[in-house]
Amino acid sequence: MKHSRFSLSLAAALFAATVSFQSLSAAHADTTLLNVSYDPTRELYKDYNAAFAAKWKADTGETLTIQTSHGGSGAQARSVIDGLDADVVTLALESDISAIVKATKKINPDWRTKYPHNSAPYTSTIVFLVRKGNPKGIKDWGDLVKDGVEVITPNPKTSGGARWNYLAAWAWAYGQYGGDEAKIKDYIGNLFQHVPVLDSGARGSTTTFAQRELGDVLLAWENEAYLASDEFGADKFDIIVPPQSILAEPPVAVVDGNVDAKGTRKVAEAYLQYLYSAEGQTIAAKHFYRPAEPKLVPADILKKLPELKLVTIDDPIFGGWAKAQPYHFGDGGTFDQIYKPKK
Amino acid sequence: MRHELPQPPEPATKAWHPATTESRTARFVLIGVALAFLGLFLLLPLISVFFEAFRKGPAAYFAAFADADALSAIRLTLLVAVIAVPLNLVFGVVAAWTIAKFEFKGKAFLTTLIDLPFSVSPVISGLVYVLLFSSHSALGPWLKSHGIEILFAVPGIVLATVFVTFPFVARELIPLMQEQGTTDEEAALSLGANGWQTFWHVTLPNIKWGLLYGVLLCNARAMGEFGAVSVVSGHIRGLTNTMPLQVEILYNEFNTVAAFAVASLLALLALVTLVLKTLLELRYGAELAANGGH
Amino acid sequence: MTLGFTLAYLTLIVLIPLAGLVWRSASLGWGGMWHVATDPRTLNALKISFGTSFVAALVNVVFGVIVAWVLVRYRFPGRRIIDAVVDLPFALPTAVAGIALTALYSKNGWIGKWLDPLGIKVAFTPIGITIALIFIGLPFVVRTVQPVMEEIRKEVEEAAATLGATRFQTITRVLLPGLTPAILTGFALAFARAVGEYGSVIFIAGNLPYISEIAPLLIVIRLEEFDYTGATAIAAIMLIISFTMLFVINLIQAWSRRRYGYAT
Repeated sequence: MKHSRFSLSLAAALFAATVSFQSLSAAHADTTLLNVSYDPTRELYKDYNAAFAAKWKADTGETLTIQTSHGGSGAQARSVIDGLDADVVTLALESDISAIVKATKKINPDWRTKYPHNSAPYTSTIVFLVRKGNPKGIKDWGDLVKDGVEVITPNPKTSGGARWNYLAAWAWAYGQYGGDEAKIKDYIGNLFQHVPVLDSGARGSTTTFAQRELGDVLLAWENEAYLASDEFGADKFDIIVPPQSILAEPPVAVVDGNVDAKGTRKVAEAYLQYLYSAEGQTIAAKHFYRPAEPKLVPADILKKLPELKLVTIDDPIFGGWAKAQPYHFGDGGTFDQIYKPKK
Repeated sequence: MRHELPQPPEPATKAWHPATTESRTARFVLIGVALAFLGLFLLLPLISVFFEAFRKGPAAYFAAFADADALSAIRLTLLVAVIAVPLNLVFGVVAAWTIAKFEFKGKAFLTTLIDLPFSVSPVISGLVYVLLFSSHSALGPWLKSHGIEILFAVPGIVLATVFVTFPFVARELIPLMQEQGTTDEEAALSLGANGWQTFWHVTLPNIKWGLLYGVLLCNARAMGEFGAVSVVSGHIRGLTNTMPLQVEILYNEFNTVAAFAVASLLALLALVTLVLKTLLELRYGAELAANGGH
Repeated sequence: MTLGFTLAYLTLIVLIPLAGLVWRSASLGWGGMWHVATDPRTLNALKISFGTSFVAALVNVVFGVIVAWVLVRYRFPGRRIIDAVVDLPFALPTAVAGIALTALYSKNGWIGKWLDPLGIKVAFTPIGITIALIFIGLPFVVRTVQPVMEEIRKEVEEAAATLGATRFQTITRVLLPGLTPAILTGFALAFARAVGEYGSVIFIAGNLPYISEIAPLLIVIRLEEFDYTGATAIAAIMLIISFTMLFVINLIQAWSRRRYGYAT
């Protein structure tokens, strides 16, 4: 068929497209680094990237462009598995990085030993964000299942943050019921009866609670709770720190397979290492992450992060991520068992 | 989807016999119901987009577009549309021509296949390309070793968009061409025109408004697609985020004004599409009625 | 030759990717497929998707036919604007629609704040999903029914009136039967589109398993659990249903073209 005119215009369009795309990529000259991260770290890495790029420029003279991608931790891990060219991953859960290790071998299995503190440069915990004045009197995990209390948490199946929420509640119930699993499941089941919306990510839940004004208490990352009260006005919310919570260790890792292919290993390793420096730790603390090396951070910034009893994932209650992930969140795990529809 | 451009001639109303229309009251009630329904379900959401976008004044609104990531999202969206729409335009014309002008077995089946992307969930449309090109598929690593990146790069986004907007032009043209039949073309051919001349001078003028309408809708959908693109994009800021993805990101960053500002740009595009379409109808209404084949 | 091109492009863009999906889920075998399909969570998600889509398509049939009738038969100021507005859901990005609808119907939104005191919750419930799907599906009904209405010859109605039929009888006995294939097609299109809708629903649905979790969301959830087979199995099930529905629509259309001599 003589498609001359059509193919001509098509070729022209494609040409224009190519040109404009080239000019698009030309804007990112020199070295680029892709950090694939999870939802609540947007603000943290915005600041940290600027700081690190400046340091890298001063040290090496190279202009460094750092790209970031944010989303649910699991979804982000999946993207990397499917071929997203991440140089470093900074995810919410150890098990998400393990999934990459298992599926692609792009990250060396010994990644947890590469950086101090099990490759978790900052930690966080789960706290309660409640309406101003705490009208429902929520102080501890037991209060979440009181009559008339609506709890907002994302879906543990899709959100890393939600898994920490779930495990924190589990740890509390474990202590409360002396490890009686039937009673723990009762409590967790009861807790999820009080959840009216299960957003797919931590951010979605924060929006639901803060902007849609749904629910009495939001189970949130400590940093997310502070951010929400900054964004929407401290006069609207109170942050309640329960007596006990969980120590969430969001890990970081270099994606070995990708950096070796791209020749970016040096800068990728420096990027993660710098998270442990005084500046990196201070930026993390400013964004309400608990620094792994608190002594590097000015005391007045640390002050906002109160002491509480923190259970770790490696505690015998859970036995580490490799065990906890399938036991609680796998298909048919405890979450699937306790989740009963409201009738 | 099967909207046909010809409108009934305006004076027709006056010619209606009283027995073939409803009482005044019934008419008012029906008009009222239609308007209320459209207002509630279609207009109000649109208005709220602009209301939210301008909540903090025009300065905050325009500041949203000064952001480098927003600009690159706009650029990427335009780029994707510029590639996807012409591809589907060519395909749509050829497919409609095939289906309308020839008789062959399995036509309903073929039409169904063309329709399929309409009703396939956008999530699935994205998923199929992930399955096809991911690094643990058969094709992905091979392409990668040849330096071709599909997933989490512009080609993947273009492919997903082409898939989703695949039926728009064809779907618009098929009923139109079917109605027009083949007599005009046969006449041209018998007068010695070749296939291309027939298409260019006879078929194309007959279908041009339907074609344009199809292209407008295809374009609007190409720029606005969310689900499918979200699955294949990789969400790299300033690089693989299209406008709808940027809206979601801004919304998630509690940057409501900027989110709705970018959204309003997309809504504006929708409005421009509709205005263009209406203008076309107004301007060429008579011509359309004349050659619409009725 | 044009058929060849059509088939080639169709194969490249639509068939190969979809075949990949089917092939992938076929690795499960029939037993595995059946297991995924009858899993209570999947069943509920499919039920919610198909249920809300069905209700939304029904609402759209009723109001879509009224809107089409008003647009075709009556002349009033602003008619052309209204006519154009009907296409809005085609053109407005679904994510934008979803956010806007959620903002409107949540309990501090423009509409939600009036409904909340009455105890009606829309956002984050199946009603919210239905509303988003009504938004998505309306133009399908209007745009399928409208052209057919325009072609109804008034002689038929006059004849009916002359024979002593009341206006109501003329509409229900004479006009509606002729419109039925078009209405069915519109219904099926709106329904098929609604079943797969993701972008606009995800914001307004509560996403609670068993209550307001739609099938496309379940696919996304399965993906995030790294459960590709589960995701593709649900996708394949939805694909088969969509294909069957569309095929039936096209048969209805071919049939009505033969019977009534005009396209729907």
